[in-house]
Amino acid sequence: MERIIFYIISVLMIVFAVMAVTNRNIMRSIIYLLFVLIGIAGIYFMIEFYFLGAVQLTVYAGGIIVLYVNSVMLVEKINTPLPSVVWWRKLLAGSLSIFGIVLTLFAIWSYNFVKIAESQTKDTSINEVGKALLNYGDRGFILPFEVISILLLAAMVGAIVIAKTNKPQENNELK
Amino acid sequence: MILNIFTDIHNLLLGLMSAKAVHITELVLIGVAYLGIFAVLGLFLVWLERRVAGFFQLRLGPNRVGPSGLFQTIADALKLVSKELTGTVKADKQLYKIAPYFVITTALMAMALIPFSQEIQAFDINIGVFFLISVSSIGVLGIFLAGWSSNNKYSLIGGMRTGIQMISYELSVGMAVVTMVVLAGTLQISEIVELQKSGWFIFTGHIPAIIAFMIFMIAGTAESNRVPFDLVEAESELGAGFHTEYSGMRFAYYFLAEFVNMFIIASIAVVLFFGGWLSPFGITDAIPFAGLFWFTVKVIAVIFIFMWFRWTFPRFRIDQLLTLEWKYLLPINMVNIVLMALMVWLGLTF
Repeated sequence: MERIIFYIISVLMIVFAVMAVTNRNIMRSIIYLLFVLIGIAGIYFMIEFYFLGAVQLTVYAGGIIVLYVNSVMLVEKINTPLPSVVWWRKLLAGSLSIFGIVLTLFAIWSYNFVKIAESQTKDTSINEVGKALLNYGDRGFILPFEVISILLLAAMVGAIVIAKTNKPQENNELK
Repeated sequence: MILNIFTDIHNLLLGLMSAKAVHITELVLIGVAYLGIFAVLGLFLVWLERRVAGFFQLRLGPNRVGPSGLFQTIADALKLVSKELTGTVKADKQLYKIAPYFVITTALMAMALIPFSQEIQAFDINIGVFFLISVSSIGVLGIFLAGWSSNNKYSLIGGMRTGIQMISYELSVGMAVVTMVVLAGTLQISEIVELQKSGWFIFTGHIPAIIAFMIFMIAGTAESNRVPFDLVEAESELGAGFHTEYSGMRFAYYFLAEFVNMFIIASIAVVLFFGGWLSPFGITDAIPFAGLFWFTVKVIAVIFIFMWFRWTFPRFRIDQLLTLEWKYLLPINMVNIVLMALMVWLGLTF
């Protein structure tokens, strides 16, 4: 049962990933990409890692895709297909993808997987995730957590600086 | 009692087929049951809205079809099913057609987590509340796509307004929920309800909980695109907003989903603040089906408040809407979370 669902999700993800890259309409590409990301979330839910699945849905499907859709809505008109790609770019992207696939497959096949019993799989509760994120001891993730928060702060400051206008007369009009 | 019915069905199915087939059949049955609840709930809430509107405007509202006009919305739905599905020639057909399903699917997924009573909850995971918020954040896409793919300027403006409004107010909903999670210490919905046996969170959390409840109600109204925040489909400015080009059943999907989303928001409010399916002071703990009764009563009371808003406040302008969120609700919310954390830390909660 689980195996069948896994294969269905995987095939759908691969099909939608290919469609996302090859489609000439940018909004449709974004929606196909959304299906791929939801598929990944589905696999997280299948292995019962609910927290990561929900984060995947919130951050990628609910955040990044919505942002993409929003910006495309601002700049792109309907029924305007993207210009066709130059041949050498197609070639470059294709060869890079094949190189990536070969590398990943080589890594998977050469790694000696050890099958563990069902009882050994660990149920990850959100409390453990939270404690690990704010732990500065062994197996703690406080440093990456803080670095990412500084990165986000920098991004926010940057956005404000870009959005802010320096013209004094416009500021007067706003008042 | 309810559990007995479920085990009876389970045993009956086990007698008919193998365990694996029973598992799949039960999944299908639960899915169909939830679809049924979805449709009935949507239709009932539309009827309730029209009756409440009548009540506020000193008239009767629908009163001819069935007792108190209860079957009026079913008749309306039948009319919508029989209508032709029209669309524009220049629309992006593919996206235009799948857009309503985003809204419907996410509303259904969120419904699975709602605890109708102690026994009736389809999907009780350890990140319950977080999952609800993450799923509802995808629903926006349905409205976005409808607005864009219709190739109509009113739809597009409606869609853009949705984006701005829902992304902003999602923050407030999320942070109001986080405030209550600080008090509860868990995200699992069944545990949150169990913890309120000693007192509903709106009483045990007192000041920060009441502030969080008020923010949640304001932001929840905005999340479900209802008056006074219905800029998405402001009739006087945009025709019908993002669903101008939709007709027949596709329009009905949006219409039903809007009401079901209101139900979901009301259910989250009931679970987080008013003790879910618990009876007040535990008076009916021994009676079966009481949980379902109390949950329904509380949710309808909260929904009545939403409808009260609708017929009391005039519509906001888009800049007023954003000012309210970013300059008032968000800072209050942040202070409120700190206040709640402080109260939990110092043990000032009841």
